[in-house]
Amino acid sequence: MDVREKVIEIIAQQALLQVSDVTPDSRPEELGLDSLGLVEAIFAIEEAFDISVPFNANDPAQSGFDISTVGAIVAAVEGLVAQKAA
Amino acid sequence: MRRVVITGAGTVNALAHDVAGTWAAMREGRSGIGPLEVAGAERLMVGIGAQVRGWDAGAHLERGVVAQADRFAQFALVAAAQAMAQSGLVVGEGADCGVILGTAGGGLQTQEESYRAVFAEGKNRVHPLTVPRLMANAGASHVSMAHGIRGPVFTVSTACASSNHAMGLAFQMVRSGACRAVLTGGSEAMLTFGGMKAWEGLRVMSPGGCRPFCRSRDGMVQGEGAAVFVFEEREAALARGAEILAEVAGFAMTSDAGDLVAPSVDGAARAIGGALRDAGIAPAAVDYVNAHGTGTAANDRTEAAALRQVFGGQVPPVSATKAMHGHVIGGTGAVELLACLMALRDGVIAPTIGFREADPDCALDVVPNVAREARVEVALSNAFAFGGLNAVLALRRA
Repeated sequence: MDVREKVIEIIAQQALLQVSDVTPDSRPEELGLDSLGLVEAIFAIEEAFDISVPFNANDPAQSGFDISTVGAIVAAVEGLVAQKAA
Repeated sequence: MRRVVITGAGTVNALAHDVAGTWAAMREGRSGIGPLEVAGAERLMVGIGAQVRGWDAGAHLERGVVAQADRFAQFALVAAAQAMAQSGLVVGEGADCGVILGTAGGGLQTQEESYRAVFAEGKNRVHPLTVPRLMANAGASHVSMAHGIRGPVFTVSTACASSNHAMGLAFQMVRSGACRAVLTGGSEAMLTFGGMKAWEGLRVMSPGGCRPFCRSRDGMVQGEGAAVFVFEEREAALARGAEILAEVAGFAMTSDAGDLVAPSVDGAARAIGGALRDAGIAPAAVDYVNAHGTGTAANDRTEAAALRQVFGGQVPPVSATKAMHGHVIGGTGAVELLACLMALRDGVIAPTIGFREADPDCALDVVPNVAREARVEVALSNAFAFGGLNAVLALRRA
């Protein structure tokens, strides 16, 4: 399973949705993920990929981790996974 | 109905190990936040806190008591002794006095040391007093034993509202005549490796400092400590010539029944308005509000909206002293009541330090960075907890 599939699976699980309901364009709030739901999803992502995601629930915009859409989250996680491998 | 006054106060917190030192720091706008010194700190992502430094329990307590008491109970004992000394309260033989203290975590240091011993170090035994040291009521029980208090003694645990709930119940018990006096407040000692890891998980901690109501605020900073007060029936206090620090005039508690962590404007506003109604005080008569003001995006925005809902366009000066003493969690309302006492007694409003830039979502007079002289007749103290629990006290100048 690649990063994209796994991230979508985690987000779908957290949002209590089917994987098919989550697309790269989906925004977390559209999926019904509030800030706590997002914190839980990011924890699951960190555990799945053994990475540390810089995310501050106080001020998501300034976290340096783009959470605006599912696609942005996937891209950011791919970056962190690549950094880990480097 | 009986009236309730405060005749003694004591504290141990990151600013000072007594009330006079705490007030001096609040006047100066000094911060007690600094690098955390805890075992394993190098593995923490958030490395700051408002720690009680230079704590030497043996300087205040007998050796046998130190061995029995977790850090949170030690703080409570020392704060209570200061409050009793100032009050001069003489405890009767019967059930005329009580102790009601708040704590969210209880003996966390004891728990953590014991877990470390059995899980990490592979030991097969822990200290024999592990259970009585970690129990949440240990602080209240120790205080009752130290002062021979034989009436209602118990602990209230409602996360960040614990000590406001405790003090509210103490107020109600004295007002109703159930007790002549109650030692009340709260204590917390959560600055342990595990305690910090738990908070890191929520991702609401600031890496740099607590800057409530500031547009660029980025989260809360943990603190630790205790504050304890003697709440006493007014006529009894006057009859024995006690010095009265302030009157406790009203209290209200509400629940959001909404979200486990997200605060609610309505729940907070109902508690603030309820405390004023309980006290028989009009909103326009309030001169100062000590905010819950954690420095998180959500709390400060919601609290500002709740204050506007109660006070309309005329919100009195509001300050958040957590920027100085940190978020003392179950003890925070008690430490913050000290700022209310300073405002009522000395006419000095403690500032909101670390303030750089106004936030349009928090359009309040937050007494930025510098303490202010003002005649304060009525002060409110807000506390809003995870779990959606709100508790607000109203105080009047003596």
